[in-house]
Amino acid sequence: MTRETFLNVILFAILPVTALAAFALDEPFIITLATKAAILALAGVGLNIALGLGGLVSFGHAAFFGLGGYAMGILASHAQSYTPLMETPFLIEGTKSMLVIWGVAIIAAALAALAIGALSLRTTGVYFIMITLAFGQMLYYFAISWPAYGGEDGLSIYIRNDFPGLNTLDPIQFFAIAFGVLAIVLFGAGRLAKAPFGLALSAARQNAERVETVGLTPFRIRLVAFVISGAVTGLAGALFADLNRFVSPTMFSWHTSGEIMIFVILGGVGRLFGPVAGAALFILLEHTLGGISEFWQVYLGLLLLGVVLFARGGLIGTIAGREVAHD
Amino acid sequence: MSLILLIEQVLNGLQFGVMLFLMAAGLTLIFGVMGLINLAHGSLYMVGAFAAAAVAGWTGSFALALVAALAAAAAAGALVELLVIRRLYDRDHLDQVLATFALILIFSEGTRWLFGSFPLFLDVPAALAGPVMLPGGILYPLYRLVIIGVGLLVALGLFWLIAKTRIGVQIRAGEADREMIAALGVDISKLYTLVFALGAALAGLAGALVGAIQSVQVGMGEPVLILAFVVIVIGGIGSIKGALVGSLLVGLTDTLGGVLLPPLLGIFMQASSATSVGSAVASMAIYILMVGVLLFKPSGLFGGT
Repeated sequence: MTRETFLNVILFAILPVTALAAFALDEPFIITLATKAAILALAGVGLNIALGLGGLVSFGHAAFFGLGGYAMGILASHAQSYTPLMETPFLIEGTKSMLVIWGVAIIAAALAALAIGALSLRTTGVYFIMITLAFGQMLYYFAISWPAYGGEDGLSIYIRNDFPGLNTLDPIQFFAIAFGVLAIVLFGAGRLAKAPFGLALSAARQNAERVETVGLTPFRIRLVAFVISGAVTGLAGALFADLNRFVSPTMFSWHTSGEIMIFVILGGVGRLFGPVAGAALFILLEHTLGGISEFWQVYLGLLLLGVVLFARGGLIGTIAGREVAHD
Repeated sequence: MSLILLIEQVLNGLQFGVMLFLMAAGLTLIFGVMGLINLAHGSLYMVGAFAAAAVAGWTGSFALALVAALAAAAAAGALVELLVIRRLYDRDHLDQVLATFALILIFSEGTRWLFGSFPLFLDVPAALAGPVMLPGGILYPLYRLVIIGVGLLVALGLFWLIAKTRIGVQIRAGEADREMIAALGVDISKLYTLVFALGAALAGLAGALVGAIQSVQVGMGEPVLILAFVVIVIGGIGSIKGALVGSLLVGLTDTLGGVLLPPLLGIFMQASSATSVGSAVASMAIYILMVGVLLFKPSGLFGGT
């Protein structure tokens, strides 16, 4: 077992252990924090597929996070008010089923990622960063100025959506759902990185010309990765909206994109469990520093600056050392 | 839609575009010369606006406020360059994005800590307040006209600086080949600090000028920063000419889109839904413009190969 594998086991256990301890001590707020960390980690795992494996510095992942959130908000608000989503040409009803909402969120985010990726991946480097940022902002302003679903005020949902066999309003049960999804996606992302597709994606990041020479198309590989990445982040958005029972254009803002990126970087770029470490650390900082000072983001900024300038592998890189080439 | 309203809106668009140019020029210079993507440029805009509002509050003089804005933004820029940015030149763009994002957090929260969360107000100086009659019987705020004038003057000055002066030659040489100009004996790190401070001063000037029209508050730089990004992506990163053309395009599209789209859509659909759809589409108009430009020229209108 390498040090990183050992660390991953600990990281994987941190959230459920925290949640269960909080459950035993009857601290529902801590359970909710652990749930939030799990969901944000999921968003980070999504971004990490594009950023870590593919080297695609997307600064617009809030677009997918927000779309997932609005998929939940729109469907649930229609179910809540018993009005159909649309009547012509065919009837679409709202729904309170989490599984259906997840499906819609994933599809909506994947389609958006397909469109945004197809346009943005024509460019590279700084252009790519700025264009993904601009697409995110485009959706942000659209969400603000589109009055049908709350506009700037957002949408509130009174009751959390249903999951078969579980009471989603019970914090520990909702944590189980969020963590279950995170575990499945982590497993999938780990497999993806070692599958032929993931290897091709990594190769396209390291040397696109060589990938082309062996007969693969880097553009297509990157686009597929971008779509998968967006879909995962969209799923996280739906869960995040369900956690808060609220969606607002803030989910689309570029600060959200920046924060998702911070989870990945704090933990360690390209490490499978990097986003988990990063999101847990972020929530921990927000909670402890937020208690000390109202201006805790100054400290977050300083910490982030320190990580970027001096600890380049993030948390996992600092503890576990350099990435091993083969295992 | 009357012609007068249209001309007014075109002037508003020009004013907006000229302000965007002050931001975009600094960004594109910094990228062109140092290869650095600087998200904290919006914070320098905010620093300029806050410095101007604070000095105007103490002294009551708008001229002093402008001087303070230029000085504060340039000083903040130089300081940040010396402490942080300098270490980022040979890093990849991801590190630059994160480090400058961290700088935004520090600047924003630091300003909130110093000045509080409430917006400050900066008054238009009495001599420039009030409307002025333009040929054709159009009443237009004098201050906005002055902004357009100042912006165009700065643009001219910048073109002169880059085309005719010794520093301009060094800047252009720095864009073309960093190692060579260093080998020829130019102190490259001093040049970098200078370019960064110049870009920061331009951003601070824009912040102070706009601060008199809008309120001065934390986070005011971020929407402008993102528009400035759109501008330099459209114009081509590293090109001052591209920044000027891009800013005017974006300024006009954004302003005119909001005015023209709702009535234009009203021809096809009901007035009430035309208003909501129109304003929603107008808010995305510049991004649609950007996508359109990139489809035909992936490196912008005036970008290199």
